Amino acid sequence: MLQDKDRIFTNLYGLHSPGLKAAQMRGAWDGTKFLLEKGKDWIIDEMKKSGLRGRGGAGFPTGMKWSFMPKQSDGRPSYLVVNADESEPGTCKDREIMRHDPHLLVEGCLIASFAMNANAAYIYIRGEYIAEKHALQKAIDEAYEAKLIGKDNIHGYPFDLYLHHGAGAYICGEETALLESLEGKKGMPRLKPPFPANMGLYGCPTTVNNVESIAVAGTILRRGASWFSGIGRPNNVGTKLFCVSGHVNKPCNVEEAMGITFRELIDTHCGGIRGGWDNLLAVIPGGSSVPCVPADQIADAYMDFDTLRGLRSGLGTAAVIVMDKSTDIVRAIARISYFYKHESCGQCTPCREGTGWMWRVLNRMAEGRAQKREIDMLLEVSTQIEGHTICALGDAAAWPVQGLIRHFRHEIEKRIDDYAANPHSESVLIAAE
Amino acid sequence: MTKIIVDGIEVDVPPEFTLLQAAEAAGAEVPRFCFHERLSIAGNCRMCLVEVKGAPKPVASCAWGVRDCRPGPNGEPPEISTKSATVKKAREGVMEFLLINHPLDCPICDQGGQCDLQDQAMAYGVDTSRYEENKRAVPDKYLGPLVKTSMNRCIHCTRCVRFTTEVAGVSDLGAIWRGEDMEITSYLEKAMGSELQANVADLCPVGALTHKPEAFHYRPWELNKTDSVDVVDAVGSSIRVDSRGREVMRILPRVNEAVNEEWITDKARQIVDGLRVQRLDRPFVRENGKLRPATWQEAFGVIASRVKGTAPKKIGAVVGDLAAVEEIYALKLLMQSLGVANIDARQDGAALSPAFGRASYVFNSTIAGIEEADAILIVGSNPRVEASLVNVRIRKRWRAAPLPIALIGEKVDLTYAYEHLGAGPETLAELAAGRHSFVEKLKAAKKPLIIVGQGALSRADGQAILSLAAQLARSVGAVAEGWNGFSILHTAASRVGALDLGFVPGEGGLNAQDMAKGGVDVLFNLGADEIDVAPGAFVIYQGTHGDRGAHRADVILPGAAYTEKSATYVNTEGRVQMANRAAFAPGDAREDWAILRALSDVLGQRLPFDSLNALRAKLYAEYPHFAALDEVAQGDVAKAVEALAAIGGTPGRDAFQSPVKDFYLTNPIARASGVMAECSALARHVRLEAAE
Repeated sequence: MLQDKDRIFTNLYGLHSPGLKAAQMRGAWDGTKFLLEKGKDWIIDEMKKSGLRGRGGAGFPTGMKWSFMPKQSDGRPSYLVVNADESEPGTCKDREIMRHDPHLLVEGCLIASFAMNANAAYIYIRGEYIAEKHALQKAIDEAYEAKLIGKDNIHGYPFDLYLHHGAGAYICGEETALLESLEGKKGMPRLKPPFPANMGLYGCPTTVNNVESIAVAGTILRRGASWFSGIGRPNNVGTKLFCVSGHVNKPCNVEEAMGITFRELIDTHCGGIRGGWDNLLAVIPGGSSVPCVPADQIADAYMDFDTLRGLRSGLGTAAVIVMDKSTDIVRAIARISYFYKHESCGQCTPCREGTGWMWRVLNRMAEGRAQKREIDMLLEVSTQIEGHTICALGDAAAWPVQGLIRHFRHEIEKRIDDYAANPHSESVLIAAE
Repeated sequence: MTKIIVDGIEVDVPPEFTLLQAAEAAGAEVPRFCFHERLSIAGNCRMCLVEVKGAPKPVASCAWGVRDCRPGPNGEPPEISTKSATVKKAREGVMEFLLINHPLDCPICDQGGQCDLQDQAMAYGVDTSRYEENKRAVPDKYLGPLVKTSMNRCIHCTRCVRFTTEVAGVSDLGAIWRGEDMEITSYLEKAMGSELQANVADLCPVGALTHKPEAFHYRPWELNKTDSVDVVDAVGSSIRVDSRGREVMRILPRVNEAVNEEWITDKARQIVDGLRVQRLDRPFVRENGKLRPATWQEAFGVIASRVKGTAPKKIGAVVGDLAAVEEIYALKLLMQSLGVANIDARQDGAALSPAFGRASYVFNSTIAGIEEADAILIVGSNPRVEASLVNVRIRKRWRAAPLPIALIGEKVDLTYAYEHLGAGPETLAELAAGRHSFVEKLKAAKKPLIIVGQGALSRADGQAILSLAAQLARSVGAVAEGWNGFSILHTAASRVGALDLGFVPGEGGLNAQDMAKGGVDVLFNLGADEIDVAPGAFVIYQGTHGDRGAHRADVILPGAAYTEKSATYVNTEGRVQMANRAAFAPGDAREDWAILRALSDVLGQRLPFDSLNALRAKLYAEYPHFAALDEVAQGDVAKAVEALAAIGGTPGRDAFQSPVKDFYLTNPIARASGVMAECSALARHVRLEAAE
C-alpha cells in the first residue's frame, strides 16, 4: 500500500482548499523556477528516467513523447495541449485533479511547455465538466495574478495557458480529433502520419498529454526520478489514480502504487466486493474500452500495464469497473456497445457501420433472440473493425465484445437456449412491430 | 527517388508519393472510394488498405507516404503487399460494412453499370449478407435541379463535400450528425450555388448523387461514346458525348490536364435537352411576312435572286459564337468570290483584330500556365461565369499558395479572395501610369498575369482599353523570356478560330454593328443570335435553333449543332481542337460547310472542294496551324504587346460589365434547354434574395 508521504495528489478528496495559498502549502509551485533553471534537457531526461507512462490509456512513455518535439523551431511555434476530455466510462480521476488540486496541473503545464519550447498551452476540458471548468479557470486566474504564469512571470519564461471547453463528444478525447475540435472544426480524428509532434494544432508541433501525466510532472521533478521509479514494478512504476466503481462496498478514487494487486486495492480502499469475493463475476480494469477479465484471473493480478496486457485486457485509464454475480454481463457489454455506436464519429467505414451492427446483435443476444452461429459472426465482425480504422475508437468498440465472447460465451449460449425454449414470451411486441 | 517493393516488384518513386501511387507505379491495382486525385485525402473509406511489412496493422495506402515507411533492418527498401491474405480479408471486411446499409436497388439505380461499389463488390463482396437487422433509412435531400439524391445509397466518402469546398469554392455541402447517423446534406434544403455542381454526381462512387435531368433515361451500356469538345464557352473543355441512336443522351467531362482537368460546367453538361428541341429541321422562306417550310432548292433560289441583284458593297456576313472553323472558312471563301468585304465574326463588337498578330487576341499564358503565375490582374471580366474552368484554375493556384489577385470590373464572388481595384478604365489607366499600389505587386512578381476580358473589349473604347492593358503588361514585365503573362479571355467558342482565319472587315468593309444597323441590304448570318439586325435588310440565317436569329431571318438554312458534325474549334488559348459527330442533325439539316458549298454552286461561285477532307486540305495549306490538333501555336507575344501598346487612345469612363448576364442562357442551344431555364430561374431567384 502506498504510504501517505508518497502521495502526489494530497487534496484528492477536497478536504482542503484548492486555492493557490493552500496548494503552495501542500508543495505546489515549490522551486519551480529552480527546476526550469536546470534546463529543458534535464527535465526531459529526468522524465524519461522516472519511467512515467502516459496516464491517458495507451501508456506511452511521457518523457519520450516530450523528446519527439523539435529542439529547434523552424519558425512555427510549439504547443502543449492537455487532454482533459475525460469521457471514458468509469473514469473520473482527472476531474478530481481539476477541482481539488488544479495547481499541480497548472504548474505541470508550465514545466512541460518549457521543456518542449512551447509558449502557449491549451487545456481542452470535457463539455460536461462545468464545475471543473470554473475551478480550473479560477486556478489559472490565480496563477496569472501571482505572476506564476503569463507573459511576464516570475519564472522568466513567457507562458500562456488557455482553457477550452469542449461540447461533450467522446471522440474529442482522441488526440487528433481534440486538435480538430480545438481548431473549431468537427471533431473527427486526423490521419496519422503526420503525427502531432510534426503537424499538430494549427499545423504546428504539438504534444497532447493527459491531465494526470502533466499534473504529476512537477512532483516527480521535485522529488527526483528515482523516487518515482522506485514505486511499483519494473516498467510499470510510480503512483496512479484508480477509479473503482461498481459492485464494491465503498467505490472510490484512490492514488495507489502501480502494481498493487486487485485484491489489495479492493480490500484496502473499497471495503471488499459486495457480497464477498466469491460473488465477483468479472472486472473491467481500465475503462469501458478494455475487455473484461473474469474473477478467477483478476483477483490476484497486479494492476499494471504489462500484467493486464498479459490477461488480454489493459490498464487503460485505471477505471476499475467491478461486476458481481448479479450483473447481466451480456446486457452490460451491450450497453457499452451502444455507447460506442453513439459516439462513433462516422468518418471511416468499419467503425461507422460496424459499431451499430455489433450493438444490434448484442442487444438481441442479451434477450437470447439470436442464433449460436451469430456469436462467431459477431466475433468476426469485431475483428473486421479492429485495426482497420483511422483512430482507436474502432478498437475500443471491438475489445469489450471480444472480451465478452472470450470469457462468457457460455452465458450467451445459455441465453439463446433459454429463449429458444420459450421463444414466444413477447409475441405481442413482435406483432406490434 | 525512393525504392519500395510492391508485391515483390521493386519500383523507384519520388518520396512524396503515397503508397497508392507507388502501387500503381508497380502495376498493382488498389480499390478506393474516397480517394480522388484532384481532391484532398480523406482516408475514410478504408478500402485501399495495404500491408506494410513491419507495421502492426494494415494502413490506408491513399494517405500513407512512401517516406513514412521504415526501411528493413539492413537498409532494405520498405516492402508492401497489396494482395496478401490479410489485405484481402481487410478489404472484404470493409466491403461488407459498406454493403450492410446499402440498399439492394441496383436494378433501379441510375449508377448501375458505372458504379464503383458494384465493380468492387465483384472483387471483394459476397453474394449473401450476414446482416439481419433493419437497414438504415436516410431522407433524400434537395440539392437543386441538376443533382438527384438517394441518400440511402450514400457510403459517406465525402468526395462531394470536398469537391464543393475545394474545387467549386462554395460551402454548400457538408456532413451533419455522427456515427451511422451521419448525413451528407446542404442542411438548408436549397440548391447548390455553383456553376460546377453537377460534377459531384460524376464523383459520387455510388448512386447517392445522380444527374437529375438524366434520371431513368438510359443505361450506360446502351450508349455510344464519342470524344469531342465543348463549345458553350471559349475554354473548349474536353467532353465525351454519349448518344443512343440519333439522340445525344448525356455529356461527360474527359480528362484534359491542359484545359479542363476533369470538370465541366453545368451548362456544358446539361445543355443536352436543348439539342433536341426548337431545332431547325428544314429550310424556311419568309413569304408575306411569315416563314413557311421550303425545300433546299427553293431556299437557294430565293437567296440567289436576292444576291444577284445586290452590289457586293451592300452584302455582308456575320459569324456567331458557335460556328466552327470549317464553315467560317467556307463562308469567307464564298464572300471573297462574291467580292464582299463586309465580313465580321465579332458580333459583340470586341476590339480584337488579327492585324496585331495572333498573340494579341489569345490567352497567351495558357490555362495550365495560370498555375505558374504569382500575381494576377483581371480586367473587365467575371471569369466565374465567362469561363468557369479558368476560374477553377485561378482558385487552384490560389489554394496552393495565396497570391495577390486583383480585379477591375464588377465586384462579384469569384470563390477566392481578391483586391477590388475599381470598376472602369480609369483604374486601369492609373495602373498603366504606375500610380496605383497594385503595380508594385505586379512588378515584384516573377510571373505576373494580366487577363483582359470581353467586358473591357466589347465596347466603343475597347481598343484604347486593350492598348492600356498592353502598356501595363509592358511596364510590369508581364512578357518575358519563358513567360507570356498577357492573356485575352474569350467567351465565344468560334472567336479565336474566326480571327485566325481573318474573318474581320476587309478594306473599306463594315463591321458587324454597322451591318446590323442597316449598312447592308443582304446579310448572311451564320448562327449569330446575339445581334439585333435592324429592319430592312434581307437576312439569310444559317443555324440550328429557332432562336433570335431565325426570328429575324428571311431565309433559314438548317445547320448541324456541334455534336452533329466533325468540326474544328479553337479555344481562348488558341488551342486547335476537333469536335466529332455523335449523332445526326435532325430532318433536312445538313453540315454547315456542305450547305455553303451547295449554295456557292447556286450562286455561280462554286467553292473548290467537294468533301470535308478536301476543305481541310485547302484550309491546312493556307493556315498550317489548324492541322496541329490539341496544340497551341504560340505567337510573338512581345511584338503583339508592343503593337497594342502603341495604339494609344483615351478610354471612356463607363464601368466594365461582363457580357455574360445570365450564365445559363448564353447561346441558342442553352436558351432552348428546359434544364438551363430552370437553373437560370433559380439563380435569378437567389440573386434577388441576396439583393434584398
